[in-house]
Amino acid sequence: MPKRNDINTILVIGSGPIIIGQAAEFDYAGTQACLALKEEGYRVILVNSNPATIMTDKEIADVVYIEPLTPDFISRIIRKEQPDALLPTLGGQVGLNMAVELDRLGVLEENDVELLGTKLDSIKQAEDRDLFRNLMNEMGVPVPESDIITTIEEAYEFVEKVGYPFIVRPAYTMGGTGGGICENEDDLKEIVANGLKYSPVNQCLLEKSIAGFKEIEYEVMRDSNDNAIVVCNMENIDPVGIHTGDSIVVAPSQTMTDKEHQMLRTVSLDIIRKLEIEGGCNVQLALDPHSFDYYIIEVNPRVSRSSALASKATGYPIAKLAAKIAVGMTLDEMQNPVTNTSYAAFEPALDYVVSKIPRFPFDKFEKGERKLGTQMKATGEVMAIGRTYEESLLKAIRSLEYGVHHLGLPNGDDYDLEYIIRSIKAQSDERLFFIGEAIRRNVTLEEIHEWTRIDMYFLNKFKHIIDIERQLKDNKNSIPHLKWAKKFGFSDRVIGHRWEMTGSDIFKIRKEEGIMPVYKIIDTCAGEFESNTPYFYGTYETENESIPSDKEKILVLGSGPIRIGQGIEFDYATVHAVWAIQEAGYEAIIVNNNPETVSTDFSISDKLYFEPLTHEDVMNIVHNENPKGVVVQFGGQTAINLADRLAEEGVTILGTSLDDIDRAEDRKRFEALLQDIKVPQPHGKTATNEAEALENARHIGFPILVRPSYVLGGRAMEIVFNESELENYMRNAVKASPEHPVLIDSYLTGKEIEVDAICDGENVIIPGIMEHIERAGVHSGDSMAVYPPVNLSQEEIDTLVDYTERLAKGLNIIGIINIQFVLSKDGIFVLEVNPRSSRTVPFMSKITEIPMAGLAMHAILGKKLSESGYPLGLQPVQPGYYVKAPVFSFSKLKNVDVTLGPEMKSTGEVMGKDDTLNKALYKSLVASGLDVKDHGTALFTIADKDKSEAVELAKRFSHCGYRILATKGTAVALEEADIPVVTVEKIGEGEETLLRAIQNGNVQIVVNTMTKGKEVERDGFRIRRESVENGVPCLTSLDTARTLIEVIESMTFNMDKM
Amino acid sequence: MLNDIRYLVLEDGTVHEGYKLGADAESFGEIVFNTSMTGVQEIITDNSYTNQIITFSYPLVGSAGFNFEDSESLLPTAGGVVVREASEHPSNFRCDENLDQFLKRHGIPGISGVDTRSITKKIRTGGVMKAMITDSSDHDSTVSKIKDSTDATDQVASVSTRTPYISTGRGPRVALLDFGKKENIVRSLNHRGCDVTVLPHDTPAAQILDMKPHGVMLSNGPGNPEDVQVAIETVKGLIGKVPIFGICLGHQLIALAGGARSYKMKFGHRGANHPVKNLLTGKVEITTQNHGYAIDGNSLENTDFEVTHTALNDGSVEGLRHKSAPVFSVQYHPEAAAGPHETSYLYDQFIGLMTTEGGQTNA
Repeated sequence: MPKRNDINTILVIGSGPIIIGQAAEFDYAGTQACLALKEEGYRVILVNSNPATIMTDKEIADVVYIEPLTPDFISRIIRKEQPDALLPTLGGQVGLNMAVELDRLGVLEENDVELLGTKLDSIKQAEDRDLFRNLMNEMGVPVPESDIITTIEEAYEFVEKVGYPFIVRPAYTMGGTGGGICENEDDLKEIVANGLKYSPVNQCLLEKSIAGFKEIEYEVMRDSNDNAIVVCNMENIDPVGIHTGDSIVVAPSQTMTDKEHQMLRTVSLDIIRKLEIEGGCNVQLALDPHSFDYYIIEVNPRVSRSSALASKATGYPIAKLAAKIAVGMTLDEMQNPVTNTSYAAFEPALDYVVSKIPRFPFDKFEKGERKLGTQMKATGEVMAIGRTYEESLLKAIRSLEYGVHHLGLPNGDDYDLEYIIRSIKAQSDERLFFIGEAIRRNVTLEEIHEWTRIDMYFLNKFKHIIDIERQLKDNKNSIPHLKWAKKFGFSDRVIGHRWEMTGSDIFKIRKEEGIMPVYKIIDTCAGEFESNTPYFYGTYETENESIPSDKEKILVLGSGPIRIGQGIEFDYATVHAVWAIQEAGYEAIIVNNNPETVSTDFSISDKLYFEPLTHEDVMNIVHNENPKGVVVQFGGQTAINLADRLAEEGVTILGTSLDDIDRAEDRKRFEALLQDIKVPQPHGKTATNEAEALENARHIGFPILVRPSYVLGGRAMEIVFNESELENYMRNAVKASPEHPVLIDSYLTGKEIEVDAICDGENVIIPGIMEHIERAGVHSGDSMAVYPPVNLSQEEIDTLVDYTERLAKGLNIIGIINIQFVLSKDGIFVLEVNPRSSRTVPFMSKITEIPMAGLAMHAILGKKLSESGYPLGLQPVQPGYYVKAPVFSFSKLKNVDVTLGPEMKSTGEVMGKDDTLNKALYKSLVASGLDVKDHGTALFTIADKDKSEAVELAKRFSHCGYRILATKGTAVALEEADIPVVTVEKIGEGEETLLRAIQNGNVQIVVNTMTKGKEVERDGFRIRRESVENGVPCLTSLDTARTLIEVIESMTFNMDKM
Repeated sequence: MLNDIRYLVLEDGTVHEGYKLGADAESFGEIVFNTSMTGVQEIITDNSYTNQIITFSYPLVGSAGFNFEDSESLLPTAGGVVVREASEHPSNFRCDENLDQFLKRHGIPGISGVDTRSITKKIRTGGVMKAMITDSSDHDSTVSKIKDSTDATDQVASVSTRTPYISTGRGPRVALLDFGKKENIVRSLNHRGCDVTVLPHDTPAAQILDMKPHGVMLSNGPGNPEDVQVAIETVKGLIGKVPIFGICLGHQLIALAGGARSYKMKFGHRGANHPVKNLLTGKVEITTQNHGYAIDGNSLENTDFEVTHTALNDGSVEGLRHKSAPVFSVQYHPEAAAGPHETSYLYDQFIGLMTTEGGQTNA
């Protein structure tokens, strides 16, 4: 059926900030959908609170609102814009929940807004556990024995019937938040209580555990004419029991015969027909490895992380077609956008194997609980493609950037077997690598299968990798063995290791012997139809399909998997760089390995290489394409880290020279530069061992800020107050060496200022200055930032501009630079310089409407800033206020301390904008998930050093109508200041403890500052975790608390008596 | 590491070096590709592939292994098998053997370790061609051997049953003309209660009608439909007298009997993802296909047949029905195996015809 002409304006709801369970995949889906709707001539209105996305760019929708995703704000937009229709199934669970809520509130009906795509009743039927189970029963489709419960007592009743183990799945939550497997009564008490709390409708599904079954997913689509297809099926290597987002996944499935495959395909299609899905849908099934028995696990009636993966794995653009289906078009009338020679109504055939491996944040959260279960913990994922399973797996492993390069751990020989076996059984995120180590030590596959329930097919594949390793070792310098190993995905580095050579030696041998990869097209049809889609993967075969064009080419390195410290912002910059390259008339080529992102949509660049971002893999592409140069500024630290060795191989690094990048990152050279250009920095030194560190620290004076050189997102950065802490840090937190010294800086307290600037070597454009709310010491990624700055004098602004220009020119920046300053009582100091695109680039670009990454890219390509049409220097201040607020995923990561510090912990961000600062702050707080209320109970537990500051804040909370609870010491201080306060006992000191108060929902805000010392630290940790796990905001910086009270004050009427 | 070298040589002189797989034998044949990602066992045992060398475009072949239940014929007649990788350690609860063992047991040679995508692309652009799997490294001599080889025309006779036999059921009696049938046709009929008599391909119409079947089913089979003149005559004698349902070659034979023409396609349709538009419902069906010949849509003018299904992508004829008699046919495989099950409604449709029309004709 042709598209509908009775609607004109369509509202699309995005998914908000990046959190675990809801990441960049929705930027990809949303961007595709908006563009698809525009392509069909509709007027698209978009609302999303996440500024770091491509989808919130003005090019993507006709009207863009960056506003909090709450029914309140969206209702206002609906009333203002009067859209004809709302498309809710592309913004993840957030978008979907919002649509359900707007409908419930009657907003849609009141404003005559039609819901497009899958009908609300169907959504409810798929999402509501009870309705879904009834539907499955009616269809005769097996679902595990289960019960819906709303109280703990009902959980006990369930156990009496079904027994342990059972799974807890809270209703209407994303990424399985609050869920888990209960093996015993203790688990039941904890997990069920949690699950009830996290479910917005206080409802959980308890389900008989079918852990050990194969987990299989089908990505399906259906249109209004009842045409239904399977886009892709995927097999989780990890059996049921580990969240699919945390599982290693292979596409297509490997261990099913056609009989099982068709059985599950048929039931998946039956379900979406029954549900009358119009668009994309994800069906998860559990298959008994020993029979044809299967169960339906769940159905997601919307695009999802899995659908993004399926799109990238097959080339089939699910979100794009789902959007068109929503406006009435049918699969048989739409062309397959990949081939342009066949239709969308078909099922992609792959002629390669795809592996996905999740990226976990435990390199940053070392104390986090690493056991995987039904609660998703990964922040991102990588995908890799090969013609053998081994190739796809090993490529995926080296895309992870964990410091692992192969099926094993870098220091694998150091572990004893017992530890390895324990680690495999522990079902942690590292199990894959420990399995490699176990096979290397001849543990039988049968044993490993017994422990992990991973199918023997995959275990045999893992063993094959180890076998090849051994063959390599036994056949040094054998070219046939080299060729063989390359076909199975071995990197030069790993082969070199077995041959006692370097990776470069192997690369040289390969070049001489002509053992180079070829690149094959991902065409959805296994070569059956002609396709010119420029979407490639590398493999060792005979025919190369990536024939370089005659055009001059620029290679852009992407930023790899989403992780804390390197998020979607870098994908945003990558995409803008590509657009600028194309505008300048070059061919833009992207290399990236993240299936969730916009940059790996093949329609963005002229050519997309879906390959690992390692030296070898990039060099192979350079060898094939011979580009004019490589751009490393936009792909975060991932790309920057590759620059060095690429340049050594003679590759031109475009933009800021490698030497200047080094001058910014090498401590000594940077100091020399600052002296030269007369920009002050906090007193600091480097140390390569403990003794040197102590000596330097004494010289500088405590407190000091310590961190390893070349870091990402403040990894292993700490504020250290005395010598014993420093000793501890040097021994446990870092491995200092002459090549990797530790940086030791004087820790200056003061306001933190952040500036991004663009420089062409001669002139500088500074779009704006941001002022952080949290004082220096809190990582800039975790700070709230305000534009324009509100507490800076003109003189200070002039100094910041001056320093920025001196730094940019002094470092001969060609492109973009990010600088962090501290404004202390002694003046302005530079804290950090990043000679690359930063986290704040999309935020500032959106505020100022200066496409910073694009402008930088043009400068890199030689266009002078003086010809850019923008005034040079600091840009005029934009009207209004803009606030960036961080968003965390602490509730999904057990045992992680939520205290803000120099290590970054947030996973995403939101933006609040309005006419006044307080309104903008309010929006940013609300958008970040804080419930800003004018009354309630605030719990204060404050370190001695912060007490005087906290007293002032508590007074203001109290004045606004908050009841104040405090622990003993804090309460005394508050009482002295005549603040009404209720003293609560600390942990374990009687019945009414503060933990109980938090658990019982009697506290709305926790303000807690860190106290050093073992016991208090442990107590503080428990308080903070307790609040996170109970969904109570826990503010660990008094600056954030002050901001919150200011906002509350601004919206509260004064209640002073006469 | 594999060591035993084997070659796949194409008619145009292209040589692919790979490794020995399956039987120690040489094989000539037309080289075709199949894009299905599952159902290797069903595909290799489908007698429509008689003498053909099957290239699997999906690289990991046989990862779920081979079992004693999923074969579509007892004696597979495929000429050879070309794969990127033959799974050495397949895994599935029903798995009995791996690809190599299965091919050896059935005397079928194969080759692994070759760039099957490049072969697929070559066939797509150059059309199907002849090829040879051989251990000989004298490629010039191989190419001339390929060129000298002639196409067999008796393929149907070679795979059809020689004597009739019954697969019992309590429902309608179906006479199944075996041109190289897939077992799942019999299973699909039995599953619906049919009593199936499998007949040799050259059983005359009179003899069939004497058996008083409620319906006649024409199976799939290998090769050019024009090679099976005897069956075309049989179909002519059956139309209008008994409900007929034809699949694949059977479909082509019905069309030829009705006066239409067939042609050889450039590289055919072989896979489990082929979209077909059902012109009667307006809906798309995802189908299993395996055919190198098709019915020329233009040649249907002035015949008693009308088109009911077309291939969505190239518009070729995928289904026909007789304008007045209870006769219909499809080019694809409603019995699936391997492939989607969604067109199995056609068997129900056939049962429906037999219980109404069939009952009357034979009353």
